[in-house]
Amino acid sequence: MTLDSKIPEGQLSEKWTKYRSSVALVNPANKRNLEIIVVGTGLAGASAAASLAEMGYKVKAFCFQDSPRRAHSIAAQGGINAAKNYQNDGDSVYRLFYDTIKGGDYRAREGNVHRLAEVSASIIDQCVAQGVPFAREYGGTLSNRSFGGTQVQRTFYAAGQTGQQLLLGAYSALERQIGLGNVKMYNRHEMLEVVKIDGKARGIIARDLISGELERHFGHAVLLCTGGYGNVFYLSTNAMGSNVTAAWKAHKTGAFFGNPCFTQIHPTCIPVSGHYQSKLTLMSESLRNDGRIWVPKAKGDNRNPNDIPEEERDYYLERRYPAFGNLVPRDVASRAAKERCDAGYGVGPSKMAVYLDFRFNLMNKYGRAEASKLGIENPDDETLVKLGKEVIKEKYGNLFDMYKQITDEDPYEVPMRIYPAVHYTMGGLWVDYELMTTVPGLYALGEANFSDHGANRLGASALMQGLADGYFVIPYTIGTYLSKEIATKSIPTDHEAFVEAEKRCADVLDTLMGIQGGQTVESFHRRLGQIMWNKCGMGRTAEGLKEAIAEIQQLREEFWKEVRVPGSRFEFNPELEKAGRVADFLELGELMCKDALHRNESCGGHFREEYQTEEGEAMRDDDNFKYVAAWEFKNMSDWDMHKENLVYENIKIAQRSYK
Amino acid sequence: MEKGINVTLKVWRQKNETSAGSFETYKVQANPDMSFLEMFDVLNEQLITEGKDPVAFDHDCREGICGMCSMVINGRPHGPKGGITTCQLHMRSFKDGDIIVVEPFRANSFGVIKDLSVDRTAFDRIIAAGGFVSVNTGNAVDANNILIPKEIADKAFEAATCIGCGACVSACKNASAMLFVGAKVTQLALLPQGKAERQSRVVAMVNQMDAEGFGACTNTGACAAECPKEIPLSVIATMNREYLAAKLNGK
Ligand SMILES: Cc1cc2nc3c(=O)[nH]c(=O)nc-3n(C[C@H](O)[C@H](O)[C@H](O)COP(=O)(O)OP(=O)(O)OC[C@H]3O[C@@H](n4cnc5c(N)ncnc54)[C@H](O)[C@@H]3O)c2cc1C
Ligand code: SF4
Ligand code: FES
Repeated sequence: MTLDSKIPEGQLSEKWTKYRSSVALVNPANKRNLEIIVVGTGLAGASAAASLAEMGYKVKAFCFQDSPRRAHSIAAQGGINAAKNYQNDGDSVYRLFYDTIKGGDYRAREGNVHRLAEVSASIIDQCVAQGVPFAREYGGTLSNRSFGGTQVQRTFYAAGQTGQQLLLGAYSALERQIGLGNVKMYNRHEMLEVVKIDGKARGIIARDLISGELERHFGHAVLLCTGGYGNVFYLSTNAMGSNVTAAWKAHKTGAFFGNPCFTQIHPTCIPVSGHYQSKLTLMSESLRNDGRIWVPKAKGDNRNPNDIPEEERDYYLERRYPAFGNLVPRDVASRAAKERCDAGYGVGPSKMAVYLDFRFNLMNKYGRAEASKLGIENPDDETLVKLGKEVIKEKYGNLFDMYKQITDEDPYEVPMRIYPAVHYTMGGLWVDYELMTTVPGLYALGEANFSDHGANRLGASALMQGLADGYFVIPYTIGTYLSKEIATKSIPTDHEAFVEAEKRCADVLDTLMGIQGGQTVESFHRRLGQIMWNKCGMGRTAEGLKEAIAEIQQLREEFWKEVRVPGSRFEFNPELEKAGRVADFLELGELMCKDALHRNESCGGHFREEYQTEEGEAMRDDDNFKYVAAWEFKNMSDWDMHKENLVYENIKIAQRSYK
Repeated sequence: MEKGINVTLKVWRQKNETSAGSFETYKVQANPDMSFLEMFDVLNEQLITEGKDPVAFDHDCREGICGMCSMVINGRPHGPKGGITTCQLHMRSFKDGDIIVVEPFRANSFGVIKDLSVDRTAFDRIIAAGGFVSVNTGNAVDANNILIPKEIADKAFEAATCIGCGACVSACKNASAMLFVGAKVTQLALLPQGKAERQSRVVAMVNQMDAEGFGACTNTGACAAECPKEIPLSVIATMNREYLAAKLNGK
């Protein structure tokens, strides 16, 4: 099978306009007879469900939380990008497109990314119209901040709670459609299978998480908006429930998985404090504007950081990357921290942390500026600290409070200790320009698809992509498919395909319940995470990946013999939910390692230690790997790989350098 | 240098909505740096290994933003510290030997699903009744066409930070949902985008709130005192004013 990405012909800047004006339409009377299933109510799912219902389709939406408002999107902090050029600083659709392709280390599709940049401005308009309270200037206009990998200010934000405000906007639009009877909402429901009839996606099997009953739901099309799979690493900044189950079941029924090994590891997270750790907390990228990253020059230096004199500190990012210093992209900053800790220079109780120190800028940048505003000549250190603190507090107060809450240390007094953590997955279900997977009628939106970020995502671009997919892309592209489905009557769910799919789910659940071994689900998840983090994390080697594959296969075998799931399957049973998710992670982990092993190059978040320059920088291999790896599931541990070659007609490919 | 503290938990156990519940006592060894929910993870692993049923509780983000975690801890929704959610509470807030009583958010309109999990879907139905601006996708004007003064935008944002957790209802002796509803009404009443439906919105939301069986407000202020996002009591006054205006207008 050859992959057809269905990128429209013509000039890059006209592809989407032309597509939109020539796409097949479905008339209003027919829309009412067409049913669409939307799994997931994060930014991608809520925006899609609301928009499709507004257009007149009959929508059923699903989420596993107790309310659509609690999807993981709610936790996004920093902001959302859009090429509005409100700051008059030279931003444009082309520049946003260019930054995204380059930031992704030239592993994303031009056509998709350009469309994303084109619709970005409408997203902000739509959100503001819904009452999303973005930050504003005194004059009443919208405020912007800057993020990594760009030289313009195009990030819109609502304090450190941008994801929350955007999701509440999409959620309110969704609730409005629920109230109007256009969307039927199923919360505390987990999708466990895609139902295929004559090769097309025709519905899902979902488990009612309260009663435990399996339900069959028909749809003319199915949209998976189920988020990312960072939790395969056990510890990540994702919410506890984030999982791969929906995407994985789709994969096993025929949807190809694109670039599964592309994972984003965020450099500034609060480090692990003990074996009981259940998740990691992000400290926003914006802190790197004022925090300097360092470790002691001497190994095992246990002094209080404030007692270590300037000349005995190694500001290793400033040393290695004088041009970008502390503001190198996420993948570069993460690897550099790991390198120092592995070499024995790490700090804190675990020695797996580096300092993020605000003292220098607090005193010299802000303290001095405030002092001169107040006309204080030759201020002493105490005055500088006092004045600088107030500025830092206004900029980052909530993050400093959060840090103190978790670590019991005051970052105004001592440097923060930070370490990289898994944050986002660029890989996901392979989709074409229309967001359709390789299964006709099955779509993937948001973080669940692989589409727009290549091998590394820029900050504030995930929210943009989720809402672009849901508000502005799928409402058009789904018409291409559904316009040919108007004659299809809704299929009764006693059709054998539904019966069989339901039976497959029931069998898995019964097996899980029946094992009654001696080990908890959590313990397996933790062990899988260790393997993934050590061997498929920030640094990967062929040898390590081969070991990881063998270890994962073994762990999976042990899981199916030894796991213990308490309770019954016909009740509210969070352990059973978790068991199913971990079972899927145990299969996905193997594919991620396989993908990482085959990609003999380093690009973006994928760093193969064999492929680096003498200075330790990533070495991309465009001659051999300028493609998307789309994996087709054949059997357990058996996949075929298909290549979608990436063509760059509008951008000149270059090696990224931050020296 | 593991520094451990031993605590005794008295946890509400209830099999499902219809069965009667009771307290069970457990002993857990905790590390002061763990979060309260991580302490529950430890307890649950212990219970599963002993062949017992783990305690069901809701949680997801574990950083104070999704509103999923609940729990009344020693009589207070989200525990002894102000301005945070249960998932942000750490064991260093407790001492060795402490007895900690943990119950679900209780209210007539929040049925217990199991143990510490409750049903808060009434909140969604209140939003579906009117907690939105009726603007279809694609209908928006340029975002900077309508200027909103910073103070107004900041105030709207403050009200919009409600995480829909339900602690306000749980804290109130009348199980009133006025703080939650007031927060949304206030946000949208402040913004120009919300003005067109201002009156119909408040009436629809209040009607739904009553239909869900939430109690009346008697101004004791327990809701705002326990709200993890520190939503101010003034949103209730705003809501009452909006409601009255709408009623006077015959809505
Ligand atoms: C801490 C943090 C901060 C971030 N900050 C930013 C930022 O500042 N800017 C930015 O652009 N990006 C940020 N990101 C990334 C961004 O938040 C996510 O990529 C994005 O929100 C994903 O949205 P989504 O709609 O694809 O999925 P999600 O929001 O993850 O939603 C997934 C939905 O699918 C449902 N679901 C999943 N599986 C099933 C199933 N089997 N059955 C039924 N339902 C299911 C869930 O219930 C949920 O409703 C951040 C991420 C993290 C972790
Ligand atoms: S008002 Fe406060 S306590 Fe009530 S639901 Fe909102 S955040 Fe929770
Ligand atoms: S788990 Fe999300 S707020 Fe506590």
